[in-house]
Amino acid sequence: MQIEELRLKSVAYRKTVLEVIKQSGAGHTGGSLSCIDILNVLYNHVMNVSPNNFHDPNHDRYVQSKGHSVEALYTVLADKDFFPREALQTVERYQSPFIGHPTRHVNGIEQNTGALGHGLAVAVGMAIAGKKDGRPYRVFTLLGDGELAEGSNWEAAMTASHYKLDNLIVIIDRNRLQITGSTEAVNALEPLADKFCAFGMAVCECDGNDLQALITTFEQVPFEPGKPNLIIAHTIKGKGISFMEDDVHWHHRVPNDAEYQAALSELTETEAGLK
Amino acid sequence: MMIGSPNQDVFAETLLALAQKDRDILVVTSDSRGSAKLTKFGDLLPDQIVEVGIAEQNVIGIAAGLASAGKTVFAVSPACFLTARALEQIKNDVAYSDRPVKVVGISAGLSYGTLGTTHHSLHDYAALRAIHNIDIVAPADNFETREAVKASLNYPRPLYMRFGKRSMPHVHPAKAKFEIGKALMIREGSDVTFVATGETVAHAAQAAEVLERDGLSCGVISMHTLKPFDSEALLRAAAGTRALITVEEHSVSGGLGERCASILMEQNVYLPFKIVAIPDEHTVTGNQMEIFVHYGISPDGLAQTARRLLQFQLT
Repeated sequence: MQIEELRLKSVAYRKTVLEVIKQSGAGHTGGSLSCIDILNVLYNHVMNVSPNNFHDPNHDRYVQSKGHSVEALYTVLADKDFFPREALQTVERYQSPFIGHPTRHVNGIEQNTGALGHGLAVAVGMAIAGKKDGRPYRVFTLLGDGELAEGSNWEAAMTASHYKLDNLIVIIDRNRLQITGSTEAVNALEPLADKFCAFGMAVCECDGNDLQALITTFEQVPFEPGKPNLIIAHTIKGKGISFMEDDVHWHHRVPNDAEYQAALSELTETEAGLK
Repeated sequence: MMIGSPNQDVFAETLLALAQKDRDILVVTSDSRGSAKLTKFGDLLPDQIVEVGIAEQNVIGIAAGLASAGKTVFAVSPACFLTARALEQIKNDVAYSDRPVKVVGISAGLSYGTLGTTHHSLHDYAALRAIHNIDIVAPADNFETREAVKASLNYPRPLYMRFGKRSMPHVHPAKAKFEIGKALMIREGSDVTFVATGETVAHAAQAAEVLERDGLSCGVISMHTLKPFDSEALLRAAAGTRALITVEEHSVSGGLGERCASILMEQNVYLPFKIVAIPDEHTVTGNQMEIFVHYGISPDGLAQTARRLLQFQLT
């Protein structure tokens, strides 16, 4: 897909994310907006996965460890026709399969997540299986930066490099905010790249809200043969809506009517600028 | 009763034989292949063992990922650590995500005896019973172990199996038929019936022999599957006996005894009833057998409990 088209998609996705959150009256606004460009590039440019090959053993896997940003995932999966777009109207509604975290009851979702620090180990298992069977698939997993305080991530990181899983691509949505505040104030992560390097991963950093930078970074995978790939994608929480950007209050705040309209207008302006 | 091997040794032998015929069978282990008697498995089938070091959460997460790719996965680690430290991974990555991983707790219950509470698993039935979509099997002897491992291969749901490390007597006659979810009647009796699970079944069977010599008619049921629970077998036994005693190598909270009590109450079945389990206290120091004796889970202790219960019924 051409970059111009991807840019328009990112804006449309942001509108859908807000629509879903506004409609369901709940959701993780800031984190969905920070990672939506990553999902856009993965599903529209990088990964070999579609409703047609989802049950093929060779399809690329995606595990969203930061399960709370499920609105972003639902938005992209709907666009990729894993389910009808109208289904998004049932997000978090009584008896809907579209709960506030990813589950396999929704077509296109690989693994149930929600509790933090779980995705990486599961992705490592998928990548080991791929290596054992000589399959061409790759395993992508998106982690939040806040969840890196969970020790289970570091257990899995050790194993990923021990088994030389260069078919594993770990993406950190480095928006530097978690529910309490700055990740560095809560329990400092830096120097984050050094930590992952020390765990035996090949690390690249890029602007995680710059589609071209993401594409260029993914094109370099595997960064080093025999090493798991780790991308620190520097993002902005609430990206795309000026009054939500880098503001911890938008972690899981739902916009009121005025805020919702203001956000949509801003996105419509951005869209016009791209055309 | 003839003494056989430790159940976890039989588990390892059975699994090795099965895995030699199916390269999709994988073991994930946490520096525990020695304790699990899986060293030979690792030597003979190095491509079928995934070692992750001392990291139980990692064991389960990786096992779930392997299972998602169609592998038949046995996640093996001491029961005390696996079902406590990795409980959230069992709940979410395996049970909730519906990955039919075989979670195998070795050196289970009080196997580690004197090593103390950190190494005891007296919570695993209770913890896992409260989690939807994982079944629980605690084989009594070598026969049940072998059959449970074979049955687990194509079992469609997540499954927890629990094995101890002491040599187990054979409690079944040669022609028993094992099925996950179906209790096995070892002997029938009209005075008192022991409903036991796991490695305490042997103690119940020995107690029954002692009591028979006193002229009492004693039944013994191996309730090897805690979930799904064979309520019918329990109710049948309750209908044919004067008193019922449950026996388990587990905390009194949330295990076999409380499960049986709730079923009997809800079915309006009232009879003299006693739960023999580890009480809610700091467990006494001792080897496995000393702890069993201390809490009356030994053959003599069980026989005494039965006599008291029957006497109580007479007065």
